[in-house]
Amino acid sequence: MELFNHLALGFSVALTPINLMYALIGSLLGTLIGVLPGIGPVATIAMLLPTTYALQPVSALIMLAGIYYGAQYGGSTTSILINMPGETSSAVTCLDGYQMARKGEAGAALATAALASFFAGCVATVFIAAVSIPLSELALKFGPAEYFSLMVLGLIGAVVLARGSLLKAIAMIVTGLLLGIVGTDVNSGVARFDFGILQLTDGIGVVSVAMGLFGFAEIITNLESQEKRERLASRVKGLWISKEQFKAAWPAVLRGTGLGSFLGLLPGGGAMLASFASYAVEKRVAKDPSQFGKGAIQGVAGPEAANNAGAQTSFIPLLTLGIPENAVMAMMVGAMTIHNIQPGPQVMTSNPGLFWGLIVSMWVGNLMLVVLNLPMIGIWIKLLTVPYRILYPAILMFCAIGVYTINNASFDVSQTAFFGLLGVIFLKLECEPAPLLLGFVLGPMMEENLRRAMLLSRGDPSVFITKPISAAMLAAAVLLIVVIALPNIRRKREEAFQEE
Amino acid sequence: MRVRNPKDFWAGVLFILFGTVAIVIGSRYNLGTAARMGPGYFPRILGILLILLGGIIAMRGLRLDGAPLPAWRWRPTLVVLGSVVIFGLIVTTVGMAISVVILIMMASSASSEFRPKEALLSGVLLATLAVGVFVIGLKLQVPIWPAFLQS
Repeated sequence: MELFNHLALGFSVALTPINLMYALIGSLLGTLIGVLPGIGPVATIAMLLPTTYALQPVSALIMLAGIYYGAQYGGSTTSILINMPGETSSAVTCLDGYQMARKGEAGAALATAALASFFAGCVATVFIAAVSIPLSELALKFGPAEYFSLMVLGLIGAVVLARGSLLKAIAMIVTGLLLGIVGTDVNSGVARFDFGILQLTDGIGVVSVAMGLFGFAEIITNLESQEKRERLASRVKGLWISKEQFKAAWPAVLRGTGLGSFLGLLPGGGAMLASFASYAVEKRVAKDPSQFGKGAIQGVAGPEAANNAGAQTSFIPLLTLGIPENAVMAMMVGAMTIHNIQPGPQVMTSNPGLFWGLIVSMWVGNLMLVVLNLPMIGIWIKLLTVPYRILYPAILMFCAIGVYTINNASFDVSQTAFFGLLGVIFLKLECEPAPLLLGFVLGPMMEENLRRAMLLSRGDPSVFITKPISAAMLAAAVLLIVVIALPNIRRKREEAFQEE
Repeated sequence: MRVRNPKDFWAGVLFILFGTVAIVIGSRYNLGTAARMGPGYFPRILGILLILLGGIIAMRGLRLDGAPLPAWRWRPTLVVLGSVVIFGLIVTTVGMAISVVILIMMASSASSEFRPKEALLSGVLLATLAVGVFVIGLKLQVPIWPAFLQS
């Protein structure tokens, strides 16, 4: 019954007109950037973060969360209609969604995607509410040693499940941790790594790092490659699903929701992993796998449910443990810090309105998306006809103004440009920027917990392996690395990410 | 010795460089003891870790084959980042309206499909939007026009 009281509190916060409005703005903006290629949720959240200073913290977080799950809806629309995923998490939807559209079933594919996402969103909301309380109670028992080990596990898990070279990803984490400790040390008051620059004594802003690495670097590489985009949108006739299609789709939706909810919980999980995994599962359990890639409705329903469920449940580790598991959640940490909220288990008790309001707003936002999106598909498709040469300068403008307004300082703009340059270099060398961002937001917390744990143990590092919870987490992290390093599994992992 | 996988090799070199910077600059900060860590302790650990990781990555780049470095066309990088930096430098003195037009014009020229008239039109429209949303709507402390035009 407690759960219902909490949800009731959540509704009372999420349904105030102002928060409804921000949920709407967030999910619409999310859909927009989901439709547009070349700008993802991380860069968008970085862009909008400065404008949320004046808002109530809960309104700000509701809007920023809406961007993430809204992007899942928008990404699937373009995947189905023009075979171009706006977001990586909807890349698999292209496989069968576009084929359905070519067969004249675009309406059915879109409706399936929207309804599957909505169903998954509803289940995930309840799932978050149910899991959060026990998890945060567990987390409240954690001491600094446990927290340090949890962060190690979280960071390692995040790179194991991500794509690309494991060694480089770990090196990127360490680079991020180093960038995270730039600025004045809270314990000694010493300004570290400030290179004699006054502005750096306050530390590097998360907005600059994210916008540079994800926004600017992306635009620059797009400009270098100058890919030609075909824009042959299929006609959408009637958004209805036949009885047979419904029958074929719903088990896939259930499986996708379950799989996505679970994968969203894991470090490194979230929307993208969930959709890829769900597609693989659907192909395996299908009676006729040869239909996949030729317009199988299960290939749309499963991954679409999974990516939305995964997007939402990836909030669980953030809200209960204070650990971001992917780059978008790292931005949410940044947003919470700006509003003076320390992410972690204490949020639920000290700020229940914010916690439950945010969770319920996700359900409300999903409902808005399903109602608003289907009629708006025409508008989104129109937007795609805007050429990239006009689009990217506009994105740059919003980025530049956004980052300038943080402190009204041109230094912040130059700093962001510096990270843009670094981002281009990283992309050329095939170093994924997401682990760096995770390390960056966790850096100060990790150092603080390491210091405290070592102080309590009087300098004895064995504390990390003599405390059972901490030891288990470190063992899990080591196990993950060993398992991934085995040649056999490494090949499987590479295959899994190439299935497109 | 031949570099077989330049992407890995240079990534490794870059990480070694970062680690070295961390250790060299970090050596100015008090290390403290394991029980009472000073501001230099954690950076030292990270620096050593980064040099080790970078070393392994660079070694692998020498021994395992890989794709060559992709070409780097400097223009988009310079023009895009330059336009943003210039915007940041001039916006308080020149005002939002003109800075946005300059930003859009300059950034647009990075594209191989650059059309000056179209970019100017887009710049003027976006400048109007930016002034409306950010200066008038969100009340940013940024002038709309240059100081000498205002009494």
